[in-house]
Amino acid sequence: MLTLFVFTKLRYRRLLIQIILFGLVFDVALAVEPNSDPGWLKYETIPTLLFSIISLIIVLYAIWWVKSGRKFNIREIPGLRAVEEAVGRATEMGSSLLYTPGYGGDIQRPTTIASMNILSTVAEKTAEYDCRLIYPTHDPVIMAVAQEVVREGCIKAGHPDRYRPDDIFYISSSQFGYAAAVDGIISREKPASIFLLGTFEAESLILAETGNSIGAIQIAGTDSTIQLAFFIVACDYTLIGEELFAASGYLSRNKEILSSVKAQDIIKIVIAVFVILATIWATLDPSSTWWRF
Amino acid sequence: MKTKIPLAVCLISGVIMFVQYFLSHPVAISIYSSILDWWQIIFAFTLFIGVAGFIKINLQSISRKKDRPYRLIALSGLILMPVLALIGGTEFGSPFLWAFENMLAPLQATVFSLLAFFVASASYRGFHARSIPAAILLVTAVIVLIGRVPIAEMISESFPKITFWVQNYPSMAARRAILIGIGLGSMTTALRVILGIERTYLSGE
Repeated sequence: MLTLFVFTKLRYRRLLIQIILFGLVFDVALAVEPNSDPGWLKYETIPTLLFSIISLIIVLYAIWWVKSGRKFNIREIPGLRAVEEAVGRATEMGSSLLYTPGYGGDIQRPTTIASMNILSTVAEKTAEYDCRLIYPTHDPVIMAVAQEVVREGCIKAGHPDRYRPDDIFYISSSQFGYAAAVDGIISREKPASIFLLGTFEAESLILAETGNSIGAIQIAGTDSTIQLAFFIVACDYTLIGEELFAASGYLSRNKEILSSVKAQDIIKIVIAVFVILATIWATLDPSSTWWRF
Repeated sequence: MKTKIPLAVCLISGVIMFVQYFLSHPVAISIYSSILDWWQIIFAFTLFIGVAGFIKINLQSISRKKDRPYRLIALSGLILMPVLALIGGTEFGSPFLWAFENMLAPLQATVFSLLAFFVASASYRGFHARSIPAAILLVTAVIVLIGRVPIAEMISESFPKITFWVQNYPSMAARRAILIGIGLGSMTTALRVILGIERTYLSGE
């Protein structure tokens, strides 16, 4: 996507796009094995497909529902209310703000994408207040995307000159090399605020406790239930599970994004009804298996 | 045009990846493997950019005399390992493997071992019985901690059973609730990106 974005900026973008599409088709054509059995559907994935289609319909319905002017409430999330406070604190103290997505995810992971969406808002606010944003990462692809997101945040804030690409950098693909480096940055730079938002593994508590030891205000969030426990005890605010995914809508107040949060609640009700139904069914007919999908 | 093309690419890529998951046709499988190959190529290029950036930042810091010892160690590590691999290979008994086993592995183990002390300090702060929920957490944590060690059975045969029950029923129920929320959140985030509702990756929007 980034490569294509760069291409679109070039003079011969249409020709380049045609070459890329031709290359993709040619590549696929070469990869197809002749005389292989042309089966169509993986039958074991049909329940997933049905659930995905139902979810998609609910999401589209929620978007239409919000666009038609109806209002709904999103509960207050303290961790997200504190974003402004965290940036403000770093600015007042004349210190920096550290944001890291953890070691566990790559750019394809929804948690990393959700983290990028929050980074966009944080970058906009740091540019507005002229506060330094440090973003160390373990993945060069995440680094490239984060640079783009932060640059965009600075442009949105009306301060493109405040974008510092050298503050968004790749450290190491080694888990504890990354953890040691981020710990070192926290210890030496002493950022006033730390954002730990993304997929974290064993490094979560190493980073959170180091941040705690320097007295930084810490906002954390992850999709790992094991690491959540560490964040809850070591950080000031923790976004638990789906709160991380709702964050970008909450921060930007974008109605279309918030409508998908409403869709999540509707799907949850559907799942709860299904679980209750399946429980009753399995109790009455222990030999039944349809609900196991 | 500036945003329409990336949005279209995102939509088409997202739909292709979604659809191929449910298909067993050779074309679908080859599309998936081709995209994975392309992904590896993109990763390799960004790795070059990442390492170049890493070298640049470290050299700048050295020239500014900021964190010089740390930067020199980082750069020497970056240069040393590939050089050792090129000189003596990566087989058993090679200098590269020696450096890996005697320098890198102990350093990683050292950082990992910090976790034990951090767990202790975080637990000390987290288990203050300031309120009724905190007191419940403290009691539950003590029961689970004792129930997981051999001495628990000497104290009471019920300890391991209570621990098992806590971990497999209330704790699992809470975990599953969070996991369902995470699953739905992941799905809606993916849908928002595919449908072009979420556009933070786009410039000039």
